[in-house]
Amino acid sequence: MTQAQISMDAVSHTEHPEAWKWYHYFWYNTDHKVIGIQYLVFSFIAYLIAGVMALFMRAELYTPNSDVLDPNLYNALLTNHGTMMIFFWVVPAAIGGFGNYLVPLMIGAKDMAFPNLNAIAFWLNPPAALMLTISLWFGGAQSGWTAYPPLSLVTNNLGQSFWALAILLVGTSSILGALNFLITIYKLKIPNMRWDQLPLFCWAMVATSALALFSTPVLAAGLILLLFDINFGTGFFRPEMGGNVVIYQHLFWFYSHPAVYLMILPIFGIMSEVISTHARKPIFGYKAIAYSSLAICFVGLFVWVHHMFTSGTPPWMRMFFTISTLIVAVPTGVKIFGWVATLWGGKIRFTTPMLFAVGLLAMFVLGGLSGVTLGTAPFDIHVHDTYYVVAHFHYVLFGGSVFGLYAAIYHWFPKMTGRMYNEPLGKAHFILTFIGTNLTFLPMHELGLQGMPRRIAMYDPQFEAINQLCTYGSMLLGVSILPFLINAIWSWGWGPKAERNPWRSLTLEWQTASPPIIENFPEDPIVWAGPYDYGIDTEADEDDTTVEDMLAEVGAEAR
Amino acid sequence: MAKEKETVPVALVTLTIGILVAIISFWYGRDNGLLPEQVSQQAPLVDNFFRVMVTVGTALFLLVEGAIVFALFKFRRRPDDDTDAPPIKGNFSLEVFWTAIPAVIVIGLGIYSVDVYNRMGGFDTVGSTAVAHHHGGHATQLASLPGSSDVGAPLLSAAAPQQVAFKYGLGATPAEGQASPFLEIAVKGLQYAWLFTYPNGMVTGELHVPVGEDVRLNITAQDVLHSFWLPEFRIKQDAIPGETTELRFTPTKTGTYPVVCAELCGAYHGSMRSQIIIQEPDEYEQWVAENQPVAVTTGTDTVALHPSERSDADFLAPYAAEWGIDAAAIAPLQPERHA
Ligand SMILES: [Cu+2]
Ligand SMILES: [Cu+2]
Repeated sequence: MTQAQISMDAVSHTEHPEAWKWYHYFWYNTDHKVIGIQYLVFSFIAYLIAGVMALFMRAELYTPNSDVLDPNLYNALLTNHGTMMIFFWVVPAAIGGFGNYLVPLMIGAKDMAFPNLNAIAFWLNPPAALMLTISLWFGGAQSGWTAYPPLSLVTNNLGQSFWALAILLVGTSSILGALNFLITIYKLKIPNMRWDQLPLFCWAMVATSALALFSTPVLAAGLILLLFDINFGTGFFRPEMGGNVVIYQHLFWFYSHPAVYLMILPIFGIMSEVISTHARKPIFGYKAIAYSSLAICFVGLFVWVHHMFTSGTPPWMRMFFTISTLIVAVPTGVKIFGWVATLWGGKIRFTTPMLFAVGLLAMFVLGGLSGVTLGTAPFDIHVHDTYYVVAHFHYVLFGGSVFGLYAAIYHWFPKMTGRMYNEPLGKAHFILTFIGTNLTFLPMHELGLQGMPRRIAMYDPQFEAINQLCTYGSMLLGVSILPFLINAIWSWGWGPKAERNPWRSLTLEWQTASPPIIENFPEDPIVWAGPYDYGIDTEADEDDTTVEDMLAEVGAEAR
Repeated sequence: MAKEKETVPVALVTLTIGILVAIISFWYGRDNGLLPEQVSQQAPLVDNFFRVMVTVGTALFLLVEGAIVFALFKFRRRPDDDTDAPPIKGNFSLEVFWTAIPAVIVIGLGIYSVDVYNRMGGFDTVGSTAVAHHHGGHATQLASLPGSSDVGAPLLSAAAPQQVAFKYGLGATPAEGQASPFLEIAVKGLQYAWLFTYPNGMVTGELHVPVGEDVRLNITAQDVLHSFWLPEFRIKQDAIPGETTELRFTPTKTGTYPVVCAELCGAYHGSMRSQIIIQEPDEYEQWVAENQPVAVTTGTDTVALHPSERSDADFLAPYAAEWGIDAAAIAPLQPERHA
């Protein structure tokens, strides 16, 4: 019934304390689990701040006129909301947080391949946050998270420069992280785990890391050129000096389209773990799901111009990238159908992580379909840079990535903290978030189709009613965070103690203590079943002692 | 016999669901009322394309969401059942099937996209540019191409003096072929207004065009990126400093419709709105005659206009004070007072 059997003679060498104390989490530490939690807490704070920014923007948009915020501040908020949600929340939480915490555990390793590099990668984030804070202090970058020149060259140079430095720092962090993940998975996977027994989350991390490694340097190049243009008198993107503004867009989107996969591929991995475990059924089409991650990673490198269909792009480019973008729908569809088929015939437990995973599935379908429409140039010409786009990417990034992160937080909460979260509060959190998300973002499709552009503080009064609906939705989303915060803080400190494997999951991270001991496993675990082999030993369970019982004994002694 | 008893109802249920999904999808695809009025010859093309996508999308949405909701209900854990579900790890033919379905759909949509894009005039940008640059060669009314004072123009000519400037956007449709447009207007985006320069040299803050005539806009930007969007026309093209882009269309209906800037261009980006007024040809001619500049001097752009009810000036007025200029200064929307 379980993926691993752990021998009972434990106790490893002790250069480190028996267990980490709370203050170890606030300083340089090379344990991947500490780093994972550092990333998660750090990024969650960024999420809260960026969320408050969104609430201010929705307050401004409650009326057509610019009356709540100064329009410059509004642009600073929209820029930093996007920047922080992407670079300081979803990417670091999904890759840095869960990637770090889970990958070594899932492959039976003691730590990442380069623990010091890992710690350094994390510690690039606080200075990045400092840069962003300085940027905000000087009025903030105001040219959108895309920072298109010439606007980014002529608007608040100081704020824009510090913004670019912040992104360069987190970019470097993610390059270091990506290298580390690839080498870790390749080198440190325990030898008796076959490649087709690698948990799908790890496959997703392989695809994510490859993509980050290819694309992040290109963004860095674009931003460095931008910094030079702003501060050192160069004219790469200054048309009056012979520069070309469209080149920047290519550099930016060559990274930033793959960035959406950086934000969703790890989430896809989480989905496979959560759905299979809580439906008590093997993942449907393991290979198809693993290969589709790699296919998305590959095709995703050749679709970036779909963000530039109305820019300076020739007809052949618009058509080529229409086709390549449409192709992405195929591997994405394979995943969605695979998860639905996993649910089909399962014995579904409506736990909070499962609710968030199913909520994600439901919303991602809509986000994916609107994404297909956006991928076609003739239609995109109408809706590009409108609220239709805002609606689409919030369905995939909020309804997708953020729901996935919540699913992951609830699913691995017992593993990480050693305590159970509160189920009713979790369900309340899910219901409020699900309604809030749809109330906020569904009407935005209509706004865009009817003619409301994005990134505006003042709009045509004909759009007032729908905007007010969106603002109410955002207020509900603001409230929805409360049950989560109460739950997380209270449960972490005082929740009931969790067993080592409360979900009876088969992946390796559940076969050690909750929270895991410092070097993860008392001794190298032995893999004797696939990560999703639910239901296969059911008959054996009836006549013999169940594996759970055996594990419980093992667990008791290991502790 | 026993087997038949089981399969017949399943087939029936499947058939009923299929028919229901099809009916709902076609209905929602047809009248979803999601898009605004259609005012250009491109609009019906885009809208029909959108309808097809909504129809297919609705069908997929209903089937997938239906399957999810059904599975959640049907396959929920029963009380006291702690066992696992049957270990079904996959089904090759099913997986091939659901890989093939989206593949077929996106191939279809891809081909359809190319066709629609072609009929919108997307492939003609290069050809029509070649025509446009032989100014005197034909009898159309030519705009003073974005004046010599424009930042972009000297640069372009410097970069490629003998070659025609490459244009991006939408050009002549296959139906229009090599025909020159009836009217060419130079459009310039600047923070935070649109300026329209007519063939006779006059400059306005709102766009007047005759209904049923083939119009080409040559779009440039003075300072930062803007994006020229006519929502009711379903067409949009970025205004790029240092490049000329174009939009070509035939308005199909008289009336007043919004002109919107769709690319973030600064703090007052949201107020960068104007309008397009589509008039009967004789009304249009009359309007042109009434607003004939005193001395037609191409390039100097000296002309002011009386903007009608909801012009740029009105949108901008509330913010004028914040920019440090008085409302009177924006009223005529005087162009390029800068170097
Ligand atoms: Cu993209
Ligand atoms: Cu603008």
